Amino acid sequence: MSTTMAVLGEFGDAVDFIFDERESPAGGARVGGLGEMWELMWEHLKLSGAAMGIASAISVPIGLWLGHTGRGGFLAINASNVGRAVPTLALIAFFVAFLGVGFWNLTLALVLLAIPPILTNTYTGVRQVDRDTVDSARGMGMTGVQIVRRVELPLALPLIFGGIRISAVNVVATATIAPLAGIVTLGDPIINVNTYGDEGRLAAAIVVALLAVVTEVSLAALQRGVTPRGLKLDRREATT
Amino acid sequence: MSAPLAQLRIREDPTESCEADNGFCPDWIADNFDRYVDPFFEHVYLTVVAVAIGFAISFALALIAYRRRWLVSPITQVTGILYTIPSIAAFFLLLPLTGRGKTTALIALVAYVLLIIFRNVLAGLDNVPDETKDAGRGMGLTDRQLLWRVEVPLALPEIMAGLRIAVTTTVGLATLAFFAGAGGLGGQIFSDITFKSNVVVAGGLAVLLAAALDGLILLVQRGITPWTRAVAAR
Repeated sequence: MSTTMAVLGEFGDAVDFIFDERESPAGGARVGGLGEMWELMWEHLKLSGAAMGIASAISVPIGLWLGHTGRGGFLAINASNVGRAVPTLALIAFFVAFLGVGFWNLTLALVLLAIPPILTNTYTGVRQVDRDTVDSARGMGMTGVQIVRRVELPLALPLIFGGIRISAVNVVATATIAPLAGIVTLGDPIINVNTYGDEGRLAAAIVVALLAVVTEVSLAALQRGVTPRGLKLDRREATT
Repeated sequence: MSAPLAQLRIREDPTESCEADNGFCPDWIADNFDRYVDPFFEHVYLTVVAVAIGFAISFALALIAYRRRWLVSPITQVTGILYTIPSIAAFFLLLPLTGRGKTTALIALVAYVLLIIFRNVLAGLDNVPDETKDAGRGMGLTDRQLLWRVEVPLALPEIMAGLRIAVTTTVGLATLAFFAGAGGLGGQIFSDITFKSNVVVAGGLAVLLAAALDGLILLVQRGITPWTRAVAAR
């Protein structure tokens, strides 16, 4: 019973940390409170957003092109397998050791992390479009670009957004260790526990977990939103 | 606040020029390889135990959900949330409950792999052709015999594919287990994150471990599903 109370107490302190600032256990600075949490979250979202924007801008066109031409399938499909085998901490450490710290270096590391799932899903999404559909589009006199833009892209959108969703959750999670590369995100209270104290660390863990779940849920809603109506009738649930 | 962490440098005496220059130092690696051995085996332990427990739980869940379809959606949703919560956050959310150590790390890692394995086992079972099942029933197999002698063996390729994803993912996440006080190669990476030789060795060992375990499962799969090769060779 008393342990239950103690655990509840720790979580209570952590929630308190999110809303009210207090003096740092290391002395001097004031830490916690909504103002600082917003600041950390904004930095977290800026970093994740930049990485996701760049990664999507690179991998969606390449995936569409590879899928349309049917070339490079081995590369597109195995990109995810290779990407998964590289631990995120090792990837970031590699960038820190060889390229140094900084916003854009870290963004680049996260871009590399985000590309494989989007690339693989975009490629798969285009390839699984019914060949008869593509043939009839060609028979109607559509050019290659028109086929990609008006047939293959819309039909591949659910899978493309599935890839973006996987990457986004992964990037939001990995941005937590960004302070190792000198960028102060929501991971700062987790990594610099001396400054923020135990309740600050737990508070950051709660906010990071919520942020990841919100990212997942909202992108899942977006994925349902972009699914063409015909596909919804076909498949009850888009593959993730 | 963004000041670099007060880290314990592992280059105790950076008088040698290579280490002082932060180059890539084969000599330093050869002399200091010892320090990576224990963390490496901690890493193996975390990965193998987490995937084994995760497999046992999600395999059982998949078998139950296979017969009772209404359970598929709630199980997918719950394991989906566990999958979405970043491990590093999960470690600290568990800390007040289970304290620092391997237990906390293992719970978080197991929670993460449940969805991956559950989804693959179920997909494998669902892909067993109806005709094959009918043939089994026609031979007089009971439901239980049908499951263990026909459905599970035919689902093995998908099940093993799920295990491979789970293992490589877990090796990656276990690099963060040192935050929960469970050791592993991540602690070594973290101990001197700007030193190239250290990052390359510790990170490289993690990648090699992922590749080795992945290859091992693939070999086992080849061994226990000889018919898939027979079909491919035809």
